[in-house]
Amino acid sequence: MNLNIKYFGMLTEVTQCREETIEFTQNTVSELLNALFSKYPSLKEKNFQVAQNQTLVTKDTTISNPEIALLPPFAGG
Amino acid sequence: MKTHNIKNVFKEGPISSEFIANSIAKHQSKTTIGAHNIFLGQVRADEIDEKTVTSIEYTAYKDMANEKFHEIREAAFEKYNLTCMHIYHSLGIVKSGEICLFVFVSSKRRKEVFPAIEYIVNAIKAHVPIFGKEVFEDASHQWKVNS
Repeated sequence: MNLNIKYFGMLTEVTQCREETIEFTQNTVSELLNALFSKYPSLKEKNFQVAQNQTLVTKDTTISNPEIALLPPFAGG
Repeated sequence: MKTHNIKNVFKEGPISSEFIANSIAKHQSKTTIGAHNIFLGQVRADEIDEKTVTSIEYTAYKDMANEKFHEIREAAFEKYNLTCMHIYHSLGIVKSGEICLFVFVSSKRRKEVFPAIEYIVNAIKAHVPIFGKEVFEDASHQWKVNS
């Protein structure tokens, strides 16, 4: 599946982009993160949550929707 | 349960005092209301390592954020006896001293509006994917984290 991955806040400084399409043939969020960590080693040191189709998910979640977002700590208000 | 459509909460740039005044004025025709409560979030000129914050540049995961604002609105209407509720949050650059968050709740009586506004503001800070880049006077920056 082709995933559309969105990056926000400080994470865009690591990836140098706000979003990208990645071909993903594995299953879980954790496997996706490993792929992203090999592409962007310093992403590993960042604190962030993952959303799939606009809902926060855990590392064990199976990826079933192409809309993925990496969200650093919130700063609204 | 009342249902409300998903609204766009975001405004580009700071929220002006004129906009806030107009919002208040618009409620003069709603005469069942006996109590309003307003929360205004203002950008602080924090001093960090001898540098002063001059502005915050806000970005957001807009679709998810508007959905979260919607959930917060629904939960607040469920929890408190409110007549109406308005939430606005800035995107883009907001200078120190300017307003970046405007929450406005109204009810028949005052008892409802005090806890309601606190609930809404806390929920926004905890659950809405908004990000803030604190920019210093020398154009360097750091990323804001809600505590």
